[in-house]
Amino acid sequence: MSQNPRTLFQKIWDNHVVAEKPGAPAVLYIDLHLVHEVTSPQAFSTLKSRGLKVRRPDRTVATMDHSIPTRGGYEAADEMGRIQLRLLESNAGENNVRLYGLNSVERGIVHVIGPEQGFTQPGMTIVCGDSHTSTHGAFGALGFGIGTSEVGHVLATQCLLQRKAKTFEVRVDGKLRPGVTAKDIILALLSRIGVGGGTGHVFEYTGEAIRAADMEGRMTICNMSIEGGARAGMVAPDEKTFNFVHGREFAPKGADWDKAVARWRTLPSDEGATYDKTITIDASALEPMVTFGTNPGQGIAITAPVPMPSSLSDVNERAGLEKALAYMKLEPGKTLLGQPVDVVFLGSCTNSRLVDLRAAAALMGGRKVASNVKMMVVPGSQSVKKAAEAEGLDKVFKDAGADWREAGCSMCIAMNGDQLSPGQLAVSTSNRNFEGRQGKGGRTVLASPLTAAAAAVTGKITDPRTLMS
Amino acid sequence: MPAPEFTTLTARCVVLPNTDVDTDQIIPARFLKVTDKLGLGKSLFCDWRYFDDGSPNPEFVLNKPESQGAEILVAGHNFGCGSSREHAPWALTGWGLRAVVSTMFADIFRSNCLKNGFVPVTVEPAVHVELVAALAKDPNMPVTVDLTGDAATVSWPGRAPVAFPIDPFARDCLLNGVDELGYIQALEPQIEAYEAAHR
Ligand code: SF4
Repeated sequence: MSQNPRTLFQKIWDNHVVAEKPGAPAVLYIDLHLVHEVTSPQAFSTLKSRGLKVRRPDRTVATMDHSIPTRGGYEAADEMGRIQLRLLESNAGENNVRLYGLNSVERGIVHVIGPEQGFTQPGMTIVCGDSHTSTHGAFGALGFGIGTSEVGHVLATQCLLQRKAKTFEVRVDGKLRPGVTAKDIILALLSRIGVGGGTGHVFEYTGEAIRAADMEGRMTICNMSIEGGARAGMVAPDEKTFNFVHGREFAPKGADWDKAVARWRTLPSDEGATYDKTITIDASALEPMVTFGTNPGQGIAITAPVPMPSSLSDVNERAGLEKALAYMKLEPGKTLLGQPVDVVFLGSCTNSRLVDLRAAAALMGGRKVASNVKMMVVPGSQSVKKAAEAEGLDKVFKDAGADWREAGCSMCIAMNGDQLSPGQLAVSTSNRNFEGRQGKGGRTVLASPLTAAAAAVTGKITDPRTLMS
Repeated sequence: MPAPEFTTLTARCVVLPNTDVDTDQIIPARFLKVTDKLGLGKSLFCDWRYFDDGSPNPEFVLNKPESQGAEILVAGHNFGCGSSREHAPWALTGWGLRAVVSTMFADIFRSNCLKNGFVPVTVEPAVHVELVAALAKDPNMPVTVDLTGDAATVSWPGRAPVAFPIDPFARDCLLNGVDELGYIQALEPQIEAYEAAHR
């Protein structure tokens, strides 16, 4: 074992190398494999055609989230969606894989239920055929997205061929001001490094603002690491992490719990460990963020003007910005404040947890969704939905005139019929504002739950701080 | 299915210089309800390629007569960012493409490409500019991507081969049709030993 100070990433990596031949990628052991309906059918077919079964059903968890309807059950899905959902049922059944299916009272978005059920634990390697697997890094795990071929590799062998990534420390110093949230931290980071700035790297988020963040906030931040091109984002585990995991259904119990915590305490990066890259952000200087373009790196403070294409020297970048603004129908040089909004989407694996719903509900309480706006609230899991209903949040949203739905990915990816119409402008708490992501021709402004709630009640893009007491 | 192979390719190109092209553009999510890998080529770049009424947009590069039969895509910086969907290389190869040249690829996309015999060729910005300029002069110019030499190279008439980085293991798999799943399975004793030690 190396005596040099090691980073959190390096420690987890070292703990999971099964074999390493010169010239070949490492064979990495995977502790937890999450599976969903969209990226798994072809992987299960590969297994079937080779006469293989899932090697470790006990380390595999399946959920239906991407294409499930958020109301109306199976019948509401289109035919191809239904086939895909049924196929996951039979694939999971034939392989004894636990499935959070349509009728499960705990089903939800894969990256919400992993932590919620206690599957996600510090020090683990976690993969899923889904780029937002980076979410699980909030627990001090190494979580990253893989392609369907690799889903097949992990189903069959519980291993993955991997080259080691470089490390990138994202230090967030200082304290957030009221009205500014974890979502704004990550959007601010992306606006600085762009959507390719983290390529080849794994982020480790450090600093006062990360320590101060709750687990949900850390998940929001790690979730969008992939939007900066980093496959994974991580936060060193601490008491908050252990408290979150403790007592959850699949968390270690009794003496195992004590042993696990002792092991987890050794995970944080050692004093003196170095990173290949570092960036520092001052949380106290941040404002609520909004995106103006067609990728998550095109973000600005809500009070700042949209950048001028003429300010960019690179021709391709300038052309990209011009194309993005043309698609978004936004003017450079002006802020987004006052821009009329058609739809508000509160949901997705980025911001659909109880604290997100609470934050939005607190701002919306006693107010109404503006008449020009349709608001959809989609809890991240059925458990979140139930907890929210127990404290009356559903009533706040419904009384305001918002639509309260069953859990799922919903309009984040617009595969299930929940989608924007061409030209509509949405303020969304999700993670991607790519052209057409929320429906063909739809225009997405990414923001925090607070900023989304402010847009809902005013009918236009509004600084949430002006509505907070 | 046999493992995909790639040795050398000489073919015409399509140039799509946009930066940060995400996999949602390459293949929009509404086409991800398939349960196999086939037939995605017709939906490649769907929302850029077709008008709302479903007719092809003649301005979009894939619809131009000279693009038909091209097998190499010359793309902009950070191609393939966003979603991990392997449907992206399935759609690109489904259209008939076999290699893509850019100055940077997103990590998951690059890995997915290599698993489908679709070669991501990363070149320096200056080389990219040179290639795009040469193709502007002669859109029919054949470009060669060669994995067989000491180094993997890309070249075109009048241009000495430029070496490009490719994972040596992935290159070996492509040259020799090595099946990666089979490779991992052969390590079963080590996997079992690891599991025994980490119970
Ligand atoms: S909520 Fe959106 S980003 Fe998250 S897993 Fe679902 S589709 Fe992907």
